[in-house]
Amino acid sequence: MMLIACPHCGPRAHTEFSYARTMDAILPLAVSAADAARILYERENPRGPSQELWRHTHGCRSWLRLTRHTATHVITEVAPWPPTGTPG
Amino acid sequence: MSATFRVASGGLIDRTRTIGFSFDGRRLEGHVGDTLASALLANGVRLMGRGFKYHRPRGVLGAGVEEPNALVGVGADGRYEPNTRATDIFLYDGLTATSQNRWPSLGFDLGAVNQLIAPFIPAGFYYKTFFGGPRLWAFYERFIRMAAGLGAAPTLPETDAFDHRAAFCDVLVVGAGPAGLAAARAAALSGARVILVEQDLRLGGALMRDPAEIGGQDGLEWAAAVADLVRERGGRVLTRATASGFHDHGLVNVVERRVEAGEAPAGSALAQRIWQVRARRVVLAQGAIERPLLFSGNDRPGVMLASAARTYAARFGVRPGSRALVAGCDDNAYLTALALADAGLEIAAVLDSRVEAVGPLAETARRRFTCHLDGAVIAARGLAGVTGARLSAGGRMFDVRCDLIAVSGGQTPVVHLHMQAGGDLAWEETSGAFNPTGPRQNQDSAGAGAGIQGLAAGLADGWRAGVEAAAALGFKANGEAPIPTGPGIAAPSSSGAAYALPAGSKPKTAFIDFQNDVTASDVDLAWREGYRSVEHLKRYTTLGMASDQGKTSNLVGLARMAAALGKTPPEVGLTTFRPPYTPVTFGALAGDAVGHQVAPNRRLPLHDDHVAAGAVWQPSGYWTRPRAYPAAGETLADAALREARAVRLSVGMVDVSTLGKFEIVGPDAAAFLERICATGVAKLGIGRGRYTIMLREDGIVADDGTVWRLAENRFLMTSSTGGADTMAAHLSYVRRVLAPELRVMSTAVQERWAGIAVAGPRAIAILADLTGAPPPGHMSVARTVLAGCAILLLGASYSGERAFEVYAPSHAVGPIWRALADRVAACGGGPYGLDAMELLRIEKGHIVTGAEVDGRMSPHDLGLTRMLRKRGYIGWAALQRSDFQRPDRLRLVGLEALDGVLPEGAMILPKAGAPAQGHVSSAGRRVLGEGAIGLGLVEAGPDRLGEVMIASSPTRGLTGRVKLTAPMFHDPDGERYRG
Repeated sequence: MMLIACPHCGPRAHTEFSYARTMDAILPLAVSAADAARILYERENPRGPSQELWRHTHGCRSWLRLTRHTATHVITEVAPWPPTGTPG
Repeated sequence: MSATFRVASGGLIDRTRTIGFSFDGRRLEGHVGDTLASALLANGVRLMGRGFKYHRPRGVLGAGVEEPNALVGVGADGRYEPNTRATDIFLYDGLTATSQNRWPSLGFDLGAVNQLIAPFIPAGFYYKTFFGGPRLWAFYERFIRMAAGLGAAPTLPETDAFDHRAAFCDVLVVGAGPAGLAAARAAALSGARVILVEQDLRLGGALMRDPAEIGGQDGLEWAAAVADLVRERGGRVLTRATASGFHDHGLVNVVERRVEAGEAPAGSALAQRIWQVRARRVVLAQGAIERPLLFSGNDRPGVMLASAARTYAARFGVRPGSRALVAGCDDNAYLTALALADAGLEIAAVLDSRVEAVGPLAETARRRFTCHLDGAVIAARGLAGVTGARLSAGGRMFDVRCDLIAVSGGQTPVVHLHMQAGGDLAWEETSGAFNPTGPRQNQDSAGAGAGIQGLAAGLADGWRAGVEAAAALGFKANGEAPIPTGPGIAAPSSSGAAYALPAGSKPKTAFIDFQNDVTASDVDLAWREGYRSVEHLKRYTTLGMASDQGKTSNLVGLARMAAALGKTPPEVGLTTFRPPYTPVTFGALAGDAVGHQVAPNRRLPLHDDHVAAGAVWQPSGYWTRPRAYPAAGETLADAALREARAVRLSVGMVDVSTLGKFEIVGPDAAAFLERICATGVAKLGIGRGRYTIMLREDGIVADDGTVWRLAENRFLMTSSTGGADTMAAHLSYVRRVLAPELRVMSTAVQERWAGIAVAGPRAIAILADLTGAPPPGHMSVARTVLAGCAILLLGASYSGERAFEVYAPSHAVGPIWRALADRVAACGGGPYGLDAMELLRIEKGHIVTGAEVDGRMSPHDLGLTRMLRKRGYIGWAALQRSDFQRPDRLRLVGLEALDGVLPEGAMILPKAGAPAQGHVSSAGRRVLGEGAIGLGLVEAGPDRLGEVMIASSPTRGLTGRVKLTAPMFHDPDGERYRG
């Protein structure tokens, strides 16, 4: 069970968090049809560091950006997303 | 029966306390401290099980968790536990054990006829033999099922209590043998908080079978002192606790047995507890497991690991035989012969596979016994038990008489947790084993588990690991490393390995995996048939796939595979080590999440009123909602129909409190909702509402609901009950991540507002009367007062009749429900439940999340194209994909049963036997008229109205013709609900 260091709450078991998606899969609101298909369906699946959006669902509910190694699960970064984000 | 194999004194058993137990119905006695295996051996019982495939008689091979043969079912009823190792269950009063893999009895087993056809059950037997199509397979299957499986699964509910507990420490030490104890002592002395876990009942590990003095103190007394020290320094010592898995970020799961398998806990005490230990550093000191030797008949009862034979003699005071042949590949052979002789066994011979042996152990043994170098066992003699053996030594072959063959093929370090934590392995040629290397997490390995042989070296290595673990956390080393003293420290001076099958041995009866009955010839066959990857070899032969996970067999099989390939074992590689290290019961995994504690139960604010009205309940997500309110003697179907008819003819009321509800507030609230909703929102007038759908980013309909403009910058949005939590996360995602610039707040108010829908031709009069004013029109909202409470009153219809939704604070809704109920009852109506609601909505062709909205349907598919805005909503971009325009997609239609049969979920086919072209998504019946109707999703459905198709549910044996219609069976022009 991974341990995620929430910048607001401190280290917590990953069962408190929800994985949302990789950062490159965030579909902007004003996206073209072609870009939407590319972002939705043509995604990388890297073995290595992966930038991911998570949410501290059962905690402060803030959205977080994680850098997590997909093979080792080593987490090198946990930051609020967007950077100015606050819990809620 | 007297314990004829018990030696007169010694051992770690309490001879003053005798315990009665039974094995296959035989009443036997043992002592406190015995395992089931040691007690059986003491009573002269050597036959403890039968092989899985050939049903050959089997005795005990090991003395611990590695045991592959002696598997028994223990306990009874709700405490029955199959596949328990007789070597890993400590005796308790009343223990009932039964052997497995035998029928009708252990001594006389009909399945043993498989031995005769063994040449015809080679590796991959099932894959090669049972061809011939589904009909023949159905024939074979009956016989395979009879033979398949190990033990019998319990059939009764678990009776005992289990729980999970989190724990934290500086240094977790796994294994309380010499190395682990030294590590725990080092860490504790330097000030670290230690958790020491040991799977055995007692601390000491190898010190229990090979007694020694440490620092001038008896080894086991020293072990107890270490435990006291750990506790004194704020740590914890857990015995009968197995570290079963090493997971991410330093989490180690420890399964603690509070009682033995099948044993009743005192009162309501726990049977087992899983400790989820989050340690800053972990020292793995799990020791090593001895490997058996390969020779013909190496599975016969009486062939035993040398370490196990010493354990039975020294720890349990049991002679594992009368006349022993000891065969090994290093000094362990001499150590074993000396220990067994001390316990009163006659030593037939000692075989050392090496060509040279020097050192005090070898020399002492040579003075006392017949010892052979370059020696090997070729075959064991005897069927139900060893009676002798054929040997070779220095190229000469001869026979000896013996009833015990103690074997040692080398030591395999236990690296399971190290590998689960992502570590690496390094092959060591002399010991012929893999040692842990390259730790990736916060772990270190020490002692025999790290390939360090001998007591002195193991203690030193454990001390080093403990000091280093503590130092990594900033603790300073304190004290001295423990050293062995006194006599009996002549630990094995060298390590070796013996993997080869000696010339003259038959590979067909030389067993590698005892539990899954995989022989040397099975591995050879797999190689001949082209299996080169160790992962394929494992799956084809099932080597190492039994519940012992190949603890004694994996390396032996790997070595044979490597030899066949002309490669070294590290070139062939190992299979994955997966948790748990030893089997864990489902009860422990479930912990206290059983019964009503499996999931939260969300209780309706009006729960008690529904009980009073005679509700029959139905789970709906985490909620429990009324399904119907049957009168005495009324069926659920009749009740639902009566309730639905009341709505069509007069009036009914339903609790809609569980709907997802969100309050969206702020200057940009309308702009925000235009992203969320695919329908128009911004142009809604104040006090008006509308039906809406929400799409996913990929254009698929996520949910539907209504949106109401309560004020210029304040909206109420509803969603389905089941979709409420997903919608809450979606709203947060859009607001926080996608559009943080919008000045808007969204609050989930699902539980803040209770809701009651009042529907039917009489609803308008009831609400006008109770609120003292004409209620709002269809899709309009008003704030008013009912039963003294401020409410929100919406004109909204789901049933197809003129209807209103009353929203009031959850804590205050009771009087409102009761006031409405009085008036509804006076009109001949009453409350209605989910079943009636379903009948009403199907008749109106309303889609519902979970049935028609099934995660695959676009708005076009569901006939909602006309509601969509031109652009600007989530899902718009993906919806432009050409695939969404295909006319032959599954699309919504109404279904009218022509034969009175319409099974929900049934396939819809153009004719019998043809491929399915859709399915029945919802099935009901006409409320006032007769006949079954429903909704379906059918390829090109709306273009095929009037077509007659077949609805078929083979699983329920129901088939009938259906006619495709428009999805609307009641009041198509909507005259009734607009009022």
